[in-house]
Amino acid sequence: MSKETTQTTYQIPIGPIHPSLKEPVMFKFDIDGERIVDVDVELGHVHRAIEWTGMRRNPIQIIYLAERICGICSFVHPLAFCRAVENACEIDVPERADYIRVVHGELERICSHLLWAGVAAHEIGFDTVLFLTWEVREKALDLTEYLTGNRVTKAILTIGGVRRDIKKEHHAKINETMASLKEGYKKLAHAFLDDKTVKMRSKGCGVLTYDDALKLCAVGPTARGSGVKKDVRADQPYTAYGDIGVDYITPDVLTGEVNGDVYDRIIVRLLEVKQSIDLIEKAIDQMPAGDIVSEPKIPKLLNQIKKIEGEGIGRDEAPRGEVIHYVKFDGKSETPYTWKVRASTYANVLPWIPMLKGDQIADIPIVAASTDPCMSCTNRVAVINNATNKNYMLNKETLHNLSVMKTRRMIH
Amino acid sequence: MSAKKTEKTEKMLTPEEVVKYFKDEFKTKIKSAEIKRRTTGSKKKEFVNIWIKIDRSIFKDFVKHLCNLTYPHLAVACGNDLGKTIELVYNFSIYYGNHLEELSLNVSVDVPKAKPEIETICDWIPGALITEREKQEMLGIKVIGIPDERRLFLPEDFPENVYPWRKDEQTKKELEKLYKNLHEGAKKK
Repeated sequence: MSKETTQTTYQIPIGPIHPSLKEPVMFKFDIDGERIVDVDVELGHVHRAIEWTGMRRNPIQIIYLAERICGICSFVHPLAFCRAVENACEIDVPERADYIRVVHGELERICSHLLWAGVAAHEIGFDTVLFLTWEVREKALDLTEYLTGNRVTKAILTIGGVRRDIKKEHHAKINETMASLKEGYKKLAHAFLDDKTVKMRSKGCGVLTYDDALKLCAVGPTARGSGVKKDVRADQPYTAYGDIGVDYITPDVLTGEVNGDVYDRIIVRLLEVKQSIDLIEKAIDQMPAGDIVSEPKIPKLLNQIKKIEGEGIGRDEAPRGEVIHYVKFDGKSETPYTWKVRASTYANVLPWIPMLKGDQIADIPIVAASTDPCMSCTNRVAVINNATNKNYMLNKETLHNLSVMKTRRMIH
Repeated sequence: MSAKKTEKTEKMLTPEEVVKYFKDEFKTKIKSAEIKRRTTGSKKKEFVNIWIKIDRSIFKDFVKHLCNLTYPHLAVACGNDLGKTIELVYNFSIYYGNHLEELSLNVSVDVPKAKPEIETICDWIPGALITEREKQEMLGIKVIGIPDERRLFLPEDFPENVYPWRKDEQTKKELEKLYKNLHEGAKKK
């Protein structure tokens, strides 16, 4: 940092490439010395007009478009869309399909949370933990590929059910993976929760209070880390979650207190990995026999949708929080009149502001990463020094090094 | 207003009582109310969607009245271009944090396209800012009293007064023009 700026506030824009997860968002920080005084967030660098495109396609085509909204949440977006259509058109989903949806939803949550845990470890300079985490994650990805044929864009959903069954012969591989995930979880819990440096680095930084989380409509682990009990899986029955039963995971489950800091969000995500493993086992165990889709003939289904005039919403709990899709049909065409997508990070943008205020520049990567942002982001930092009117750039590596150096300072 | 959530000990209203709660207060300004119940899973657990259509004049009071009942979660505001009017649908949920008791409350308001104005609800729910900014740029809604009226997703060089989610002829023409220019610009290179 510049030497002559100790007294004056100056501005550093970060982005549009994101300092932690590789997706574009632009932060503009007002900095006083090392302290962040104010934050402004700019979005839209990867606005791909997906909703606009969707309003020119039929619902079956939209499923695959929705799958490509996010590379990590490639199950929850089409699920929210399918549920919105099912609610608008009153299509009932077979019971077995509800359970299969749970299995895939939770598998995706495990992959996403472990991906995040690895990135978070990398951000504070623990690359060994990054590799350990992603080794465990690989097992979950292998299972996803085994069950659906693909690692990310799974193409498993359809309106009124799912496209591929989970058969008896799949059970052996599922059980084997769950056993190894449980082993992996034990190692990770030890690496993250018992480690002194992780605690030092993440406790007390990026604090989001209960009130702020509630008022700014935060969702998912970001809200739950601050003690706000919001989890669509537990709040409202959808698919088979109502049958199986889901508990809210807040940090006080483990520590007995809620601070709303980065550490609390780490706890919530890690415990949710364990919870997801349990949910998959229960879903496999309780899965009823029967059909997996209510109407396998797509032209017939589209014809049915064509006659519907009405609207519906579909909500579900993505790894990052609530996802909601809204569709409206006008009764003249099978193409939705309106399709609105609200991804979870959309609701977690505003909570960044109170989280980052008062923290240090070196905390930006881990605090920004702690909401697990997902907005398809960029990685370049420009520092504008108001006092000297000189612009210079801080690239991703420099910022990352600042973060790593802070960890090292704390260890020594 | 303090953000206070309904805790388990407090009395929770049934969907019918929620509708009555608003009808008692706003009478005929509630244009329609519908409760949709659907079930899911093997145990056929029920989830409820309440759809309420209200008059624009009571919109802000409606949200205040809702906050008095329990602090809601605002998921998003959606918008439909219906020709002469634009329909805004605010998707709230209430009673979250209670196992399987949450209700989805969808409040729709019509605003005339000639004067597409709606009041901000950021005073009660500061988290509404992002979705209000999006409605301004995408649908051309004027949100009165919005604390931050800059664009959110659209780039700075996107023309003024073109709103991509509108479905009228003029918007179609403008968007086609933009699309054409984009390709011609690429050819020149």
